[in-house]
Amino acid sequence: MAEDVQMDQKVYDELIAQGKSERIARAKAKAATVRAKKEAAGEKVGPREAGDTPAAAPAAAASAGGAPAAAAGGGVATTDRSAPVTGGMSPEERQKRVAAALAARGNGGAPAATETKYAGQAHTHRLLAMVPPTGIQQIRAKQEDKVYTWPHLLGAEFIALLACTALLTILSLLPAFPLRELANPNITPNPSKAPWYFLGLQELLRYFHPMIAGVTIPGIVGLLGLMTIPFLDKNPSVRPENRKTAITLMTFFLVGSGMMTMVGSFFRGPGFNWVWPWIDGLFFEL
Amino acid sequence: MARFRLPTPPRPHVPSPDEMKKRTQDNVVWKSIFRPGSIYRKGYRDTSRDRALAAMNNVLYHLHPVKVKRHGLKLTYTYCLGGLSFFLFILLTVTGIFLMFFYRPVAGASTELAYADMQALTRVVTFGDFVRNMHRWGAHLMVFTVFLHMARVFYHGAYKPPREFNWVVGVILLLLTLLLAFSGYLLPWDQLAMWAFAVGMSMAGFTPVFGQQVSFVLQGGVEIGPETLLRWYVLHVLALPFITTIFLAVHFWRIRKDGGISGPL
Repeated sequence: MAEDVQMDQKVYDELIAQGKSERIARAKAKAATVRAKKEAAGEKVGPREAGDTPAAAPAAAASAGGAPAAAAGGGVATTDRSAPVTGGMSPEERQKRVAAALAARGNGGAPAATETKYAGQAHTHRLLAMVPPTGIQQIRAKQEDKVYTWPHLLGAEFIALLACTALLTILSLLPAFPLRELANPNITPNPSKAPWYFLGLQELLRYFHPMIAGVTIPGIVGLLGLMTIPFLDKNPSVRPENRKTAITLMTFFLVGSGMMTMVGSFFRGPGFNWVWPWIDGLFFEL
Repeated sequence: MARFRLPTPPRPHVPSPDEMKKRTQDNVVWKSIFRPGSIYRKGYRDTSRDRALAAMNNVLYHLHPVKVKRHGLKLTYTYCLGGLSFFLFILLTVTGIFLMFFYRPVAGASTELAYADMQALTRVVTFGDFVRNMHRWGAHLMVFTVFLHMARVFYHGAYKPPREFNWVVGVILLLLTLLLAFSGYLLPWDQLAMWAFAVGMSMAGFTPVFGQQVSFVLQGGVEIGPETLLRWYVLHVLALPFITTIFLAVHFWRIRKDGGISGPL
């Protein structure tokens, strides 16, 4: 089975002349040789027809008991496209067929894996699963303009990292964060301000009920709104000229929160009342 | 008269640099550290093959593929914001570990250890003030870079399919960054810390229906006290960094699975 099959040179030349690819021509030429050999040995080749079998209806019994050659080559559950009634077998029929097939192998109906594995047994291909095309990950590799990560990206990243560290080192040498007095719940400093990233919200508290400014706007509009952006924005384009609405809305949101934060940081003084920083001084601490 | 000469001792064999290199690299220990194909085993020449191997046999292969889209390298495309945010997270972890050696989250009358430790850290501990400043600047900067990173991603439409989920993870990471910064704000336990924290906490108290319960859980009591400090310390040094690390892992993994950097526009 495993020895190299000679090609049928005539078939090969014909197929090449027809413009078939070399690979296909070679395979078909080999198949032709095999077919010729089988025909010489008196075996039947080609798809089985209904008329071949002694009784057309129980094709099962036919392929098992009636044609030992087929059974010997075929194990138990090979697919046979030309046997149309395989699906409609009763359990008894199926059992009979299995028993017959095993008997034809000559081991008395008992499945003996060790004996039949390689010893002169022809391997058959078995159908394990039908895979729908959607079950396979489609990978479409597009030709893209790419560069090597090393040195191009990693080099740039390393420089960015050094620049960031340098900036932080210089900043850290400044005496920017003096420690205040010990925390005292009985003395409220005036003004009391949140950390700068929450000062936009603290500013909103001046205009809205706390439920709106403290919960609804940051929670619903801020977090939930941001998270659902990809599912609300169905526009597939990424080009700025096609996304005027989205860009306008986001810019409004970003500029708005930036302005609120700036006002809360620099224009609010004692009692969180309005101050001009160049007149009344800065009431802002990091 | 024949002069008596001492026999010269044999000169010790000085290995050449090449020999030294071979001895260092040609042994089981070296080979166990550097994978086959690593540039530290075969040497590096500036060829396509060695560039690919350098990326592949490197722990950064978790983050970066062998090749990246050329347009993503442009500084004005990303401004390095995502990468810098991650770098700041690492820097904050390192400086934070240093600070943990000198800080006990204990408050309350006559046991104001947290405040005393802060005083010692800024005045006595070698590099204490420097590292504390770096931690604090880094935290402010990280809030800023994460926010800008979000804006950058939005303007590039990089949240569009297939990157919808990664955008959601990103928003969660923004929230976690804010929480990390805010939780750290309380720890110095001085007036600035306590009252800035109190303002933030009062906003959480406005949660509809469960306002009181939420503040009780977050404060560990009816008002800000020693329990609050311990609670937010544990959140700051352990709980929030742990959760953030998990979301970061998902974020980075999805970047690669969703096809690397977005664009070009």
